[in-house]
Amino acid sequence: MSVVIVDTECANLTSVRFAVERLGYSVLITDDVEKIRSADRVILPGVGTAAAAMRNLQRKQLVEPLRELTQPVLGICLGMQLLTSHSEEGDVDCLNLIPAQTKRLPQCGLPLPHMGWNTLQPTADNPLVDDQDSYCYFVHSFAVAVDEYTIASSEYGERFASMIRHNNYFGAQFHPERSGKTGEALLKRFLELELC
Amino acid sequence: MLAKRVIPCLDVRDGQVVKGVKFRNHEIIGDILPLAKRYAESGADELVFYDITASADGRTVDKSWVERVAREINIPFTVAGGIRSIEHAQTMLSMGADKISINSPALLNPDLINTLVEEFGQQCIVIGIDSFYNDQSGEYEVHQFTGDESKSRKSAWQTKDWLQEVISRGAGEIVLNCMNQDGVRKGYDIEQLSALRGFCSVPLIASGGAGDIQHFVDTFKIAQVDGALAASVFHKNLFSISDVKTAMAANKIAVRPIEALQETT
Repeated sequence: MSVVIVDTECANLTSVRFAVERLGYSVLITDDVEKIRSADRVILPGVGTAAAAMRNLQRKQLVEPLRELTQPVLGICLGMQLLTSHSEEGDVDCLNLIPAQTKRLPQCGLPLPHMGWNTLQPTADNPLVDDQDSYCYFVHSFAVAVDEYTIASSEYGERFASMIRHNNYFGAQFHPERSGKTGEALLKRFLELELC
Repeated sequence: MLAKRVIPCLDVRDGQVVKGVKFRNHEIIGDILPLAKRYAESGADELVFYDITASADGRTVDKSWVERVAREINIPFTVAGGIRSIEHAQTMLSMGADKISINSPALLNPDLINTLVEEFGQQCIVIGIDSFYNDQSGEYEVHQFTGDESKSRKSAWQTKDWLQEVISRGAGEIVLNCMNQDGVRKGYDIEQLSALRGFCSVPLIASGGAGDIQHFVDTFKIAQVDGALAASVFHKNLFSISDVKTAMAANKIAVRPIEALQETT
């Protein structure tokens, strides 16, 4: 099993690597197109801004290769938002792998960013999480609206998509690498997933 | 529903966890890694590591333990202490810290906040504020270099103004340490926290004064903070994180259940 973390030059690559290693897998952080293409699993992490992350991917000529992957791919936090078609954060076109839009969370009198542990309500066909209302760790100010690609939702002022999926591409708005045993279980299932 | 966070704070000095009373008389509590693991496993929602000497001594936090902590624990953690440049911040984040907290260096150079937010994103930039109630003037004053009593001094800022300044510069979260209360376990400064809550559009974390379980309930219920930091009560085993969460839940405060007590999937 080869697991690759795409080197987006964002800050939280290390914690994702350690989380995969705690599950007993070795993992490579790389921006090498061939290594990404040939990996069994690809993780696209990200913190920071969508515009900066897309700039990094373009500079590294990773946009098209990332769009053509066939193995299971997991975008985490900003990495999930990069899978959508467009982000309001910096008004930037993203990878357009999941036809959804990333928009700023509304001002509802609640503190922003949405930061801390919130519950997930997965859909029945979510292959990575079964349990209703398990807690995961979120830190974000932008979110994806609930639509047919949503496989889990959460609520903060309004309901938003906390996990999305289209074919082999999965996204998690929260940080599984920092979400305790729930996050560990999710990563483990992603790594063991068999796509049919 | 978003849970309120219970956050053990580990004051670090020379690679060990220490605790002082009112920022003084530090005693050694233990090694960093076993304590961090114990808290993570016993229900902490997050950890804060605060190198209390770093800013005052003009050096940055010792680096190696950050990566060891990141490797071992599966909850978020913040590193604070002496981070005063992009490079320092990058080092901490690339070793696996989820957030960095800036205090005195932000007072010396407020532009540092904007620079860090632009570089790493708002979500990982926490501003720590040491606030002292001056009963002579009746004002809340921001203090700096509080890690070292000989260098600790009042800044030019009143707390409310500094709070609004750092938020306008993009701070993602505020830890308000109420100095009059710190280490004496007589309860969080509910009055001050409540007064500032309305001016704080980002998550607000209460710090300083936790002494019994009811103090946590009160600060969440009355001051409406998003998280509560505590050190000595947990270090000294006066009660457990589980005790706090049980009381919070009984008072209808949203908490994340402790995983070790659940059947895992």
